[in-house]
Amino acid sequence: MIQARGLGRRFGEKRVLDGVDLDLARGGFLLVTGPNGSGKTTLLRLIAGLLVPTAGELRVDAPRERVGFLGHEPLVYRELTALENLDLYGRLYRVPERRERIGMLLERFGLWDARNRRAETFSRGMLQRLALGRALLHDPELLVLDEPFSALDEGGAALLDRELAELRLRATFVVTSHDPERVAHLATDRLAFA
Amino acid sequence: MSRYFADVAVLARKDLRLELRARSTVPSMLLFVITALVVFHFALPAESSELAAKGMLWVAIVFTALLGLGRAFVAEREERLIDGLLLAPCDRSAIWLAKTLSVLGFLVVAELVALPAFALFFSGIDGATVAGVALADLGICAVGTVLAAMAVAGRARELLLPLLFLPLAIPIVVGGVGASVTDEPARYLGFLALYDAVFAIISWASFEYVVTE
Repeated sequence: MIQARGLGRRFGEKRVLDGVDLDLARGGFLLVTGPNGSGKTTLLRLIAGLLVPTAGELRVDAPRERVGFLGHEPLVYRELTALENLDLYGRLYRVPERRERIGMLLERFGLWDARNRRAETFSRGMLQRLALGRALLHDPELLVLDEPFSALDEGGAALLDRELAELRLRATFVVTSHDPERVAHLATDRLAFA
Repeated sequence: MSRYFADVAVLARKDLRLELRARSTVPSMLLFVITALVVFHFALPAESSELAAKGMLWVAIVFTALLGLGRAFVAEREERLIDGLLLAPCDRSAIWLAKTLSVLGFLVVAELVALPAFALFFSGIDGATVAGVALADLGICAVGTVLAAMAVAGRARELLLPLLFLPLAIPIVVGGVGASVTDEPARYLGFLALYDAVFAIISWASFEYVVTE
């Protein structure tokens, strides 16, 4: 599913990622670990197609409409409601049976009662759950998750544990986490940055 | 093709909804253009020619547009929301077209107030001026939107947009003023239409490269 050879990325003179080799089979779960600033986020943004490499080669065998990305920011419009945000992305991704799918995700992530509230009124944990709903809305086959447990309370983290365990059966994952033990049992591959 | 325009409609509707909720762009554009016209009204000597007044109108329009363009990607810049749009499987030029249409809508609203105000303070507005303004709006928004996307990626974004935009707006001002003051406006209107066509195509084709990091 993902193959990288000598993958590198510079920002101006600063080399953030250098010489990364990677093979991840379809259905695999890659756990990326490393200290802050080691290039984890850059690698995930490259895989998601948000950055282009400045060195090496990267091949991702998943079309853009089948990639789900969760980054440090929730990527939701604060002035729009939870429902409007998911509807916007649902339309752009051409999600079949959009309304039913959005309703199901809002229910599953405990946001149904807050569906008509603007995202700017949400707590950080609620925003993270909305962001997860956005990332899963189009039923992606490749999930790129950057610190998915950040800002989640214990209930939200347990919910995400269940989601990952279920999705693990039908999706490929690339995940970074400051708490790698939480997802270590799911991992098939590991990449540790120094 | 219908999918492309459906994406444009979804994105433009989102921008209009955001503006209706936040009311951050149109009110400031309205305030600026009216203030500018009032200042020009009192600053220009009574015996000033119509040409000078029309020149002031175009200065007000260009800077009002600049104000709107400066805010075009504010929502997307904050918290990297542009990533959400770039990840979506829509053609990236659809983002440009939707943003161009929404900025155009905001500018037209400002002008719906500014042109009658100009007629009140200075002189009547003829059809050639209205046509010139309409054609200039298209060029301003098409070019300005791609430059706004470029500027938003930089650090000195407030400085960068005027530096990039104003030189490219000079032909628009020349065409617009020419159409407003001459007895033969067709040549200038044709020039504006040609500018619009050329720069809209360039902006449409280059947007993907502008937003790709």
